[in-house]
Amino acid sequence: MSHYKLDARRMLCPMPVIKTQNKVKELAEGDILDVICTDPGALSDIPAWARINGHKVIANREIDDELIITVRVGG
Amino acid sequence: MTKKHKAVALISGGLDSLLAVRVLQEQGIEVEGINFYTGFCVEGHTHAIRNHDKDKQKRNNALWSAEQLGIKLHIVDVIEEYKDVLLNPKHGYGANMNPCLDCKIFMVSKAVEWVKENRKNDFDFIITGEVIGQRPMSQRKETMPIISNESGADDILLRPLCAKNLPPTKPELEGWVDREKLYGFSGRNRKPQMALAKQFGFTDYASPAGGCCFLTDKNYSDKLVDLWDARGSREYEMDDIMLLKVGRHLRPKPAFKLIIARDAGESKYLEGYRKQFVTIQVTSHNGPLTMVDGEIKAEDYDLVAGIVARYGQGRDAEQVEVEIAVPGEEKQTLHIKPLSAEQVSVEWHV
Ligand code: SF4
Repeated sequence: MSHYKLDARRMLCPMPVIKTQNKVKELAEGDILDVICTDPGALSDIPAWARINGHKVIANREIDDELIITVRVGG
Repeated sequence: MTKKHKAVALISGGLDSLLAVRVLQEQGIEVEGINFYTGFCVEGHTHAIRNHDKDKQKRNNALWSAEQLGIKLHIVDVIEEYKDVLLNPKHGYGANMNPCLDCKIFMVSKAVEWVKENRKNDFDFIITGEVIGQRPMSQRKETMPIISNESGADDILLRPLCAKNLPPTKPELEGWVDREKLYGFSGRNRKPQMALAKQFGFTDYASPAGGCCFLTDKNYSDKLVDLWDARGSREYEMDDIMLLKVGRHLRPKPAFKLIIARDAGESKYLEGYRKQFVTIQVTSHNGPLTMVDGEIKAEDYDLVAGIVARYGQGRDAEQVEVEIAVPGEEKQTLHIKPLSAEQVSVEWHV
């Protein structure tokens, strides 16, 4: 299991979702991806995307206007 | 055991594609969704920018549709490739800058490409939520075969909601789907779709008024054309597309325009451009952040400061302090009298 980071700051939805989707394609089941973004829309879009495609958002944090959404590949 | 057939559906986030998928699911077809992001899609972005939109439309309707249907959704970034569709539409534009027919052909052809790339997943055909007569430009009886042919999808493109008004396609001829259980909707009347939605138990679905993208919006199209005219070129970048949705746009001189934030959300969004663009801010009073797009000369500073001051709380003051920041240079401070409402020419509004 590896831990990755994805910078999606200043991108507006659905770009953070698209970037997450494309990154997750390269990862293995059980890998963890922290998506760092600034569009609050990602807070609903990334979890929705994860639910649909069989992944899981395991944490959300907000640090100084930046959101960190943690996705576990493959649920 | 007979093979289970698979279809990929173009999902826009609207009711029609939602229904088209469900109609096929009822026939035991396995469906996955595909959604193309052109940069102009109504889904997403601006809801993050403006304050008053914050509670509204938080969801992305394409994702929402997929979730309702229990299908996977693949979102594909086609921003770069879409430029050619928008700039050189073979079939022309609709009422505004919307190249709907070329756009449909492009999206279906991208779906064909995607099916080929994902051959291992064994997709047999493509479906859309198109309905004959629904949209004046792209969804007419004559345009349906044009889309099928020019996209390269030919007889593997099925429109479950109006299939009965069209010649049978391969999935029908091969017996993968039962044509009798498809629909023959036509025209602008949305009642049959609403009744079907009710039958399937869908509520709370999205029903965008214009189309699926901002290019059908007159205001937006006007701003896009203004930008192209002012630059003498129709090139555009993602930032341009976004900025056309943010703020009030005023062009007091041909060489530049002002993008004046309308609320704190937009000011915050424009903050992100401070390093790239000249920005203007009233500092003695509350006021919106303003960005200059284009070439501005020092001799125009008084004029723009006066305009920007007009949109801040100091609009009735004798004098306000305005800061002009050119990236990489020291900020300049001006003391000026805000323009009166009459002095801000209506001609400047883009
Ligand atoms: S409304 Fe926009 S996205 Fe929809 S078909 Fe027309 S050009 Fe394409």
